[in-house]
Amino acid sequence: MEYLTASNIIFFILAAAILLFGILTVTSTKILRAATYLFFTLFSIAGLYLQLNYEFLAAVQLSVYAGGIVILIVFAILLIKGLGEDKEINIGQRRIMGLVAAIVGSFTCAITIIKFGFMPEYETAAELTQDVDMQMIGQTLMGTDQYQYLLPFEAASILLLACIIGSIAIATKSKEINK
Amino acid sequence: MNIPVEAYFILSTLLFFIGVYGFVARKNLISILMSVELVLNAANINFVVANRFLFPEYLEGHIYSLFVIAIAAAETAVAISIIINVYRQKRNIDAKSINELKY
Repeated sequence: MEYLTASNIIFFILAAAILLFGILTVTSTKILRAATYLFFTLFSIAGLYLQLNYEFLAAVQLSVYAGGIVILIVFAILLIKGLGEDKEINIGQRRIMGLVAAIVGSFTCAITIIKFGFMPEYETAAELTQDVDMQMIGQTLMGTDQYQYLLPFEAASILLLACIIGSIAIATKSKEINK
Repeated sequence: MNIPVEAYFILSTLLFFIGVYGFVARKNLISILMSVELVLNAANINFVVANRFLFPEYLEGHIYSLFVIAIAAAETAVAISIIINVYRQKRNIDAKSINELKY
């Protein structure tokens, strides 16, 4: 009964939601439902970040993943005709190959994680109540000292620009080909 | 009794291999893309939990997760434009039907 504190119950609910909706994402035959389950998975992961007191990361997860990427995927699904069902998913050797790879891999990794023995003096989530304030995140993102990340930030902005131009180039090039 | 750090790592391991299963077993490109999102999120959980439990005074895992999210958004946009382009040429988006590089 000592496991039944509030934060533990929240963790178990979030973990169960993440795994359940993750499994439904990869096994659902209707692809629009799979996108919805993916949305719920990302939502639960944002809840996990909130439980770990990373409010900014949870907000970014919600706005970029749940708000942006899932909407993009839904747009693509609706743009492509005849994508209602994924009928061959339940047959064939690819499913068996995937199951074998997933089960063997997860057992190997789980045994390694349990046997590794992380630092015994680490704090637990309930004790980590201090907030990560926004000023610290901003200084870490925009600073140029050691352990500060201005250069990757700028590289990411160039990457996003290249990605916008690349998407437009790919999308318009095919029209000319079709003509 | 609090949740140990291993429970979070095992959660992210299971999510990772759910994504791997989907990557192998699904056959159309958008489902494969969604499986890749699951894998990226599992990696994000690992970064965040390692940062929070083992080094709570630093912000490295937090910032890495932010960059992973930004790069995942870029990757998804490019991948979906490629998928729509493939659909225009082939009229389907099965992974098996994409077996040539030149149109």
